[in-house]
Amino acid sequence: MSRWLRSFGAFWYDFVIGDDWRGAAVVAVALALTALLVHAASVNAWWLLPVALVAALGWSLRRATARKP
Amino acid sequence: MNSLALVLTVFVACAVEAVEALTIVLAAGLTREWRSTLQGMAAALAVLAVAVAVIGPALTLVPLTALRLVVGALLAVFGLQWLRKAILRASGYKDLHDEGAIYARQVAAAQAARVEGRRGVHDWYAFTLSFKGVLLEGLEVVFIALTFGANQHNLGLAAAGAAAAVVLVAAVGIAVRAPLSRVPENAMKFAVGVMLSSFGVFWGAEGAGVSWPGHDAALLVIVPAMALVGLGYTALLRRTRAAARAGAPAVERSAA
Repeated sequence: MSRWLRSFGAFWYDFVIGDDWRGAAVVAVALALTALLVHAASVNAWWLLPVALVAALGWSLRRATARKP
Repeated sequence: MNSLALVLTVFVACAVEAVEALTIVLAAGLTREWRSTLQGMAAALAVLAVAVAVIGPALTLVPLTALRLVVGALLAVFGLQWLRKAILRASGYKDLHDEGAIYARQVAAAQAARVEGRRGVHDWYAFTLSFKGVLLEGLEVVFIALTFGANQHNLGLAAAGAAAAVVLVAAVGIAVRAPLSRVPENAMKFAVGVMLSSFGVFWGAEGAGVSWPGHDAALLVIVPAMALVGLGYTALLRRTRAAARAGAPAVERSAA
């Protein structure tokens, strides 16, 4: 049962998160910050998520290509 | 714009996954036997249909703001994955998806496995190979179609886009009876990655409370901007790789 649960969890992790969990973490943090800025500081932070996504993509690509010819 | 983007994104994403599923189904059907292969495919399609029938209406009951936040986040993460993979393949850091090679591997494995009947299925290997292939490739399509359709309140349109892609790929597959290795899969994956990340950013930020400048028209800027960023990263990585490969022999020579 525990093996089945582990492989079930691993499948969904791979399905949603994929090879690099950092991208998902950046998106989650950026969304939380956006909500905080909008609701707590009344800043319409529409720019935050696109900038974070572009940066996360660059970071992830840099990590994937480091030390590869 | 949104309805057109919805249909096009679901259609292209579904076509890519259908091409990959077709390779597996053909390998199982042509090498083993068609009856068990088609049973596996039908069983997988039934599971996917049940998933759509259950999750689809449930999603429409979720308040739109919460739905956009969660779905936007998931689409952004999912789009990032597709885009990352497409850029790595386009720049040569990752091998291109070769349907011909995958087909040859599947055929070799299918020929080596012995025929064994189980639970009313004559060839269990052909059944499970086809079932897993269609189910795994189909799950991504279901996810994209459901999230796009629910956000646009148009699950029917999303389903139509998906069905059209499956019918087209199946018709071409039946006609040529070979894996569709000439389909520009990576370019299609790049386009889907751009659309998923763009809509993920748009809906995710809206769900977090943002009001986009220009409202829906903001997508007319986000989508091309995301495509340009993807193309820019691809060009940069290609140049970096070419420079590294040009410099590598010189470094090796000087070290020797």
